[in-house]
Parts: sequence; C-alpha cells; structure tokens
Amino acid sequence: MTMIFGIPVQAFLGQLLVGLINGSFYAMLSLGLAVIFGLLRVINFAHGAQYMLGAFVGYLLLTYLGIGYWPALILAPLIVGVFGIVVERLALSRLYDLDPLYGLLFTFGLALVLEGIFRYYYGVSGNPYAVPPLLAGGTNLGFMFLPNYRGWVVVASLIVCFGTWALIEKTRLGSYLRAATENPHLVQAFGVNVPLLLTLTYGLGSALAGLAGILAAPIYQVSPLMGSDLIIVVFAVVVVGGMGSILGAIVTGYTLGLAEGLTKVFYPEASNLVVFVIMAIVLLVRPAGLFGRDA
Amino acid sequence: MSEGTSDMVELTLRETQAKTSARLEWTLVGLGILALLVAPFLVYPIFLMKMLCFALFACAFNLLLGYTGLLSFGHATFFGGAAYFTAHAVKVWGWPPEAGILLGVAGAALLGLVMGFFAIRRQGIYFAMITLALSQMFFFFCVQSPFTEGEDGIQGVPRGMLVGVLDLNRSLNMYYFVLAVFLIGVFAIWRIVNSPFGMILRSIRENENRAISLGYSVANYKLGAFVMSAALAGLAGSLKAIVFQFATLTDVTWQMSGEVILMTLLGGIGTMVGPIIGASLVIGLENTLATSGFPVSIATGLIFMVCVLIFRRGIVGEFYARLLKRVGKD
Repeated sequence: MTMIFGIPVQAFLGQLLVGLINGSFYAMLSLGLAVIFGLLRVINFAHGAQYMLGAFVGYLLLTYLGIGYWPALILAPLIVGVFGIVVERLALSRLYDLDPLYGLLFTFGLALVLEGIFRYYYGVSGNPYAVPPLLAGGTNLGFMFLPNYRGWVVVASLIVCFGTWALIEKTRLGSYLRAATENPHLVQAFGVNVPLLLTLTYGLGSALAGLAGILAAPIYQVSPLMGSDLIIVVFAVVVVGGMGSILGAIVTGYTLGLAEGLTKVFYPEASNLVVFVIMAIVLLVRPAGLFGRDA
Repeated sequence: MSEGTSDMVELTLRETQAKTSARLEWTLVGLGILALLVAPFLVYPIFLMKMLCFALFACAFNLLLGYTGLLSFGHATFFGGAAYFTAHAVKVWGWPPEAGILLGVAGAALLGLVMGFFAIRRQGIYFAMITLALSQMFFFFCVQSPFTEGEDGIQGVPRGMLVGVLDLNRSLNMYYFVLAVFLIGVFAIWRIVNSPFGMILRSIRENENRAISLGYSVANYKLGAFVMSAALAGLAGSLKAIVFQFATLTDVTWQMSGEVILMTLLGGIGTMVGPIIGASLVIGLENTLATSGFPVSIATGLIFMVCVLIFRRGIVGEFYARLLKRVGKD
C-alpha cells in the first residue's frame, strides 16, 4: 500500500475528499453571506437556518408530495429565495438606516425561530435523504474510490460559485449591483430601482443557502441543527477571507475545508478547531482578512 | 441672541430632566433592594437566585455593549467557563466556595484577555463574528477536554461553608450571599461606568475616531472594558455553579451568548437597570414555558425580532424616553 507521510494514501485522499466537500459548502455559504453583506450591509445570521430550510424543503417535498431530488434542486432554492424576499420586504428593509448590528440581531432571532419550529416538529435527530438513483454508487479512480454523489457536489458547487461570480462580475445586473454597493444614492439617481435590487439580492443570497441545503441533504442528514453549527464556522471563514471580494470568499471556503480535512488526517482532535485557529492567526498577521479591503 | 436663549432653555431643561431621572432612579433602586431582601419569603429562592445570576451576567455584558458599543457574541465563554473552573476547584480540589469563585473570576478574566486581544483588531460586525467563532472554539475545547466531564458536566458540586462559617446549604444563607455578590457586582459596574475610564469608554462608543484623535489608546481601553466585562460575567457564572451545584455545556453554547444579548436588548441597552429587568423577564418566561411544552427558542427568537424591529430602546430605555418627553412638555 502506498503511503504519504506515514499514512495510507487511501485514507489520506479520503479525508481530503471530505475536506473538499466541506469546503464546497463553506464556499457556497460564505459566498451568499458576502453577496448579501456587500449590498445590504447585513450579516445574515439566518443563513444557516436557510440552508437547513433548503434541505427540509427537499425532504418534505419527497416525503409528502413524492417530488424527487432533481425537481427539488430547482424548487428548494426557489422556495427559500421567496421566503428571503418576504423577510427582506417585511422586516430587513426597515433596518437599513440603523447600525448593521441590528440586522445581525434580527436574523439571529429569525434563525432561532426557524430552528425552533423544525425542532418542535421533527426533533433533533437527523432524517435520511436518499442519494438520487442516477448518482448512486461510486467510481473507482484507480487511486481511490469516489462516491458519485460526492463528486457531483464538488462539481455543482464549483458551477454555483463561478456562476454567481460571473453574474456579479460580468453581467449588466451585476454591474448595477456592484455600483449600488459603492454608492446606492448615486445609482438610484441614475434611475435604477435600488430597493428592488436589495430585495432581489437578499432573495438570491437566501436561494444560494437553500441550494446548498438541498445539495447537502443526501450527504449529511436533514436535521434542524444542521445549519447553526455550520454557520459559525462559515463566519470564521468570512473573517479569514474578508468580505471584500466574491472570489476571495470562494477560495477561502475551499482552502479552509481542505485544511480541515488535512488536520483530520494528522491530528483528528484538532479538526474542529483548525478553522478557528487559522482565523486567529490571520487576525494577528492581516487583521483585514486575506482578501479584505477595509483595513 | 435668540439662539443663545434657546441654548439656555435647553440647558435648564436638561438639568431638570437629569435631576428628575436621578431622583427617580435612587427611589427605584431603594425599592428594588428592599423587594429583593423580602423576596425569598414570597418566591421560590432557587428561581430568584437564577434570576440574580443572569441579571449580573446581563449587566456585565451591558458594560461592553451599552457603554463601550462592542457587541460580543461570545460571552457564554466567560459565564460557562467560570462555572466550570469554580465547579472543578470546589468539587475536585475541595476548595472553599469563595476561593472557587475567585478562581472562576480570574479564569474568565484571562479568557477575556485572550479573546479580547484577537477581537479588538476588528470592529462592528466583524467583532461580533470573531467573538462568536472564538467562543465556539472554546465550546469544542470544553466538549473534548476531560476536566469538564463531557456531556454530563460537573455534577454534585458541594456548596460548602462560606469563609468556614456560613453554611450555604441553607437556602436563605445561599440567597443572601448571592444577593450580596449581585449588589457588589452591579455597584462595581456602576462605578466603572461613571468613572473617568467609563467616560472614555462612552466616547469610544459615540465616536471612535475622535477618541483616537484626542490621544486615547482606544485599543487598550476596549481591551480593559472587555476583560472587566468578562470577569464580571465570570462572577455570575461561578455563582451559578455554586447555587445549582453543577456546570454543564449549556452555559458555553452560542445560544447562551444570544440569550444574554436578548436580556440586555429587551431591558434596554446602555441603561443600568435594563439588563436586570430583561434578565428577570427572560428567565421568568423560560420558567413558564418549560412546563407548557412550547419551545423556548421560538419564543426568544420572536422577542428578538420584535425588539429589533419596533422596540430597540428596550423597556427601561422606552420608559426614560417617555418620561423625559413628559418632563420636557411641562
């Protein structure tokens, strides 16, 4: 058996794959946080709850309506996105003139409510969600065995991340969005409907969280608590990357996921802590974050 | 000239307002202490002690949020951490309760120094996220570290004899000890807030850049406030460990950090009495809900949302605002 640093290559690559999968979710979620924060100046604490909501929508669609994975892949983000739009219109839009901390506190309350509701009806234990038949099984890559669904998640998250990046950096809508981030009043004066842009942005960010949720459903179990544990790690990722750039959020997400996987190989006890330790080191060396602009 | 007159009017108006609120405050404080002295004869003492512990916790938190303008999302670390230290010292090492509490406070201050050192490097929203992340790190540490006894927590902590003479196993003794510590803690916060140091903290809250340009080393002041707040939160946690005779993971979770924010927000950020009222209400509500089967997190989440949307001044803040408006009209 081939060894790398005294560890069987299979185990090594296996953990690296787990790290890559986790990194995919970190990237998708921190991307959504960055998109929302960029325009709304709101840290969306409910992002984890919306991710959980996405997974639950998929689970409920399957359980009660018999709607499978592929339609759910469209429907779950759509439903979570609409939910986000309603929240933004009813509540968040009233908080823009205040200290950004109020946005954080409001979405924190929202997260508690969402989590509480699902916990009340579905308990704390996870509900399994089957891998779609098309992606069941695995492929032998010669050097390791790759479950097909996990490969699909990595590909899908890359598509989502770079799709969002392209939408914001390369399209006309994206240029409005970036302009409104710099100076919303000026953009409004040019005749762009900035409030609508804000609403759509929050909807898009929520939908991204919902999409991550339904992608995660077959890997992690669908549980009410799946979001809150993840969101705190994602916050650390955001602190490391800085929220100045979309690309920065993506790169940091994948890198930290991989770092976590590597730690699991060499020193499993610390794998929970490694992202936070990296955050602390980055704060010492580059307080603004690796890609941050606001030093 | 007319401008000068209106300034004068404004000034006397403010003086009247300040006097009115000061007189009212002292009356209320007197009545409050009196009520707390007789309360254990009317209400279940354990509930009162829980309330006092959380009220002190919220006041300590408010020292940071209300008077320095820093939103920490990691205060459970100091509250729960101190509870663990005290419980361990008293149960495993056989320390007397007062020494255990002192150790808890010192430990919380040390944790505050470390967390503050990292967190004050960023401001606002990032500060909140960093404190949250670091406190989650401490949570994982507590999950894995053997001294916290894992999921069970440290159970069966003896209350012991206070300075060797006062038997804390007797409910009333315990209650008056808790009340004394609570009053000392709140008094300490009041002194800090109204000291020159506290004034500088307020100036940082109002305008950090101006405080820097006036020559204050803002980072040191923030760190100082953070450590003090952590130590006092630790005092509350240590006290709770002695009262309830256990220390568990619940007290170091991020939900606990959120709860103390809610108490402060509901009562009134930046007011002396607000966090006490907020803590009492939240604890009272939780006690009521515990028997009803309605999930607590839904209730607290809803209160959070309502407070942020339409009730940002909190109960005490709203009360003052209305009172001052009325005095202004007279």
